[in-house]
Amino acid sequence: MEKFIRQEGLVAPLDRANVDTDQIIPKQFLKSIKRTGFGPNLFDEWRYLDEGFPGQDSSQRPKNEDFVLNQPRYQGTSILLTRRNFGCGSSREHAPWALMDFGFKAIIAPSFADIFYNNCFKNGLLPIVLSEDNVEALFKAVEGKEGFRITIDLEQQQVIPESGEPLAFEIDEFRKHCLLNGLDEIGLTLNEAETIRAYEARRAEREPWIFQ
Amino acid sequence: MAGKTLYDKLWDAHLVTEREDGSALIYIDRQIIHEVTSPQAFEGLRLAGRKPWRTGASVATIDHNVPTTPFKSAAEIVDQTSRIQVQTLQDNTREFGITEFGIGDVRQGIVHVMAPEQGAVLPGMTVVCGDSHTSTNGALACLAHGIGTSEVEHVLATQTLVAKKMNNMRVSVEGDLSPAVTAKDVVLHIIGIIGTAGGNGYAIEFAGSAIRGLSLEGRMTICNMAIEAGARAGMVAVDQTTIDYVEGRPFAPKGEDWDKAVDYWRTLVSDADAEFDAEVNIDAADIRPQVSWGTSPEMVVPVDAMLPDPQAESDEVKRSGMQRAYEYMGLKPGIPVTDIKVDRVFIGSCTNSRIEDLRAAAEVAKGRKKADSVKQVLVVPGSGLVKQQAEKEGLDKVFIEAGFEWREPGCSMCLAMNPDRLEAGEHCASTSNRNFEGRQGNGGRTHLVSPAMAAAAAVAGHFVDIRELDQA
Repeated sequence: MEKFIRQEGLVAPLDRANVDTDQIIPKQFLKSIKRTGFGPNLFDEWRYLDEGFPGQDSSQRPKNEDFVLNQPRYQGTSILLTRRNFGCGSSREHAPWALMDFGFKAIIAPSFADIFYNNCFKNGLLPIVLSEDNVEALFKAVEGKEGFRITIDLEQQQVIPESGEPLAFEIDEFRKHCLLNGLDEIGLTLNEAETIRAYEARRAEREPWIFQ
Repeated sequence: MAGKTLYDKLWDAHLVTEREDGSALIYIDRQIIHEVTSPQAFEGLRLAGRKPWRTGASVATIDHNVPTTPFKSAAEIVDQTSRIQVQTLQDNTREFGITEFGIGDVRQGIVHVMAPEQGAVLPGMTVVCGDSHTSTNGALACLAHGIGTSEVEHVLATQTLVAKKMNNMRVSVEGDLSPAVTAKDVVLHIIGIIGTAGGNGYAIEFAGSAIRGLSLEGRMTICNMAIEAGARAGMVAVDQTTIDYVEGRPFAPKGEDWDKAVDYWRTLVSDADAEFDAEVNIDAADIRPQVSWGTSPEMVVPVDAMLPDPQAESDEVKRSGMQRAYEYMGLKPGIPVTDIKVDRVFIGSCTNSRIEDLRAAAEVAKGRKKADSVKQVLVVPGSGLVKQQAEKEGLDKVFIEAGFEWREPGCSMCLAMNPDRLEAGEHCASTSNRNFEGRQGNGGRTHLVSPAMAAAAAVAGHFVDIRELDQA
């Protein structure tokens, strides 16, 4: 996994609450057996006027020019600003894969759905929770100034808008450590193989049917 | 010290180690695997040169992609990308030595129907699957929740998950449900109250006399949609219904082990003095048959109500969500639910494709006919064994005589990854779990209902109050 230390980038505002993972990446694209290549189909039903299918050349499709990611001022964005409960619904990890494949490095929202939030960290995508008020203020700032950029400093746990005060955010120590160092979680866990085996031996004593 | 909740007990029993940074490793007893969220996990294992930690802990089947028309081999699946996924699962399970109930196996079916049916899910287990509706299995008093593909790989390689303890919520439904009200109506009513994010960060225990009065299948319907209330895990405490359900199933313990297991399982209830971080109390008498009208499961109303007015919503974010939903659904505030016409009907999914769901739908369909205005009514059993049982009871004939289509098991039109899908603009009475935009097909409009309500809509051509069906 790539390290996440500091990211500076253009912010795109997606002004919707409860954006579900079916919207982030519709089901027809889940048929891939790869982790990459989902970017052109991120938010497919909102981005394009026609219906998408796997394997097509999306650059030739009619675009919904009103959709935020199609607007010229947000080209090259790497930070998504959105509303509460982002990523609800299906557990598909294709959602963070698609966001990253498109070029997003971080997502800022007042809240995230649990599974999606968790999936982001496994891929080096940083979901940041800020208060409703701070998110609202960022929406105003982004809409008010073309090319509005922010810097995310993970070490300091701060979102630093190009104008205004830095905003502090919370993050789990373990997740922060993994992101900062780009660590492979499976490798870390396997360092504790002995502890896992000892646990299994205790369980097998008590609940042998689990291991049959 | 306060007592423990059911979730506390399950968590404590599976805690392998706690790290200084506050994260924990929990042991996973059972992993259920399907074709959509596993290929990248197996590929990850291969690339790292790793083997599964304990192959017996996993059980696999195909469900999301499979056609619901008869087929005998992967080669017969017309959609090439679906065919590759089905084939890839078969190759991966063979390579790594994992049991798969594949094509032509009567045990094949929707992951969350197949696993409990086989006894592969037992009380007291931790159960994961790369599917958010894994919460279904919590009806058996397990800690069951969905995970992402990276975690599927992590569980395959280590039999553990890096986890953080969730908070405890109890949703109690007390009193008697009216006869026309089913488990589906109960859970839609609950989601209408707590909202799609209300359970974020929580494990929900469903309790109260109305929940205890439900069959195990009904409890699965409730736990299935815990995720639609934002909670990764839903669960119901062990009682005699739980034990009776498990007894004799292929993977269930036998003989001495059975007695020992039952003694342990009976402790899987929240202590009387356990404290919950949040409590929701619902009067069963308030629950009426439900119909969702919008594009989020919280946008739900009783069938005898009018569609709600966004102007009456004080929260600005919610109000704009409602307005957008009306636009997508092609509906207007203030109209009666029973005025909504349906184009297609889907009876199936991990929410409502078990035998009692099919019986409830058949009871309505019996002696009636699909309305001419309804283009298609799909009845999709949750597994080969459910299908077999239904046919033994003659339910297939009831459906066919009513003009419904009787199909092969799979996820089908719940998420339309296979050929079963809505056309743009069509309204569907669906027993599934998500009414998101495009979920059942690009531009499709989903209304979530119980199996009986879906069958009634199929017969009438529009939503009807099941309590008044004979007069309709």
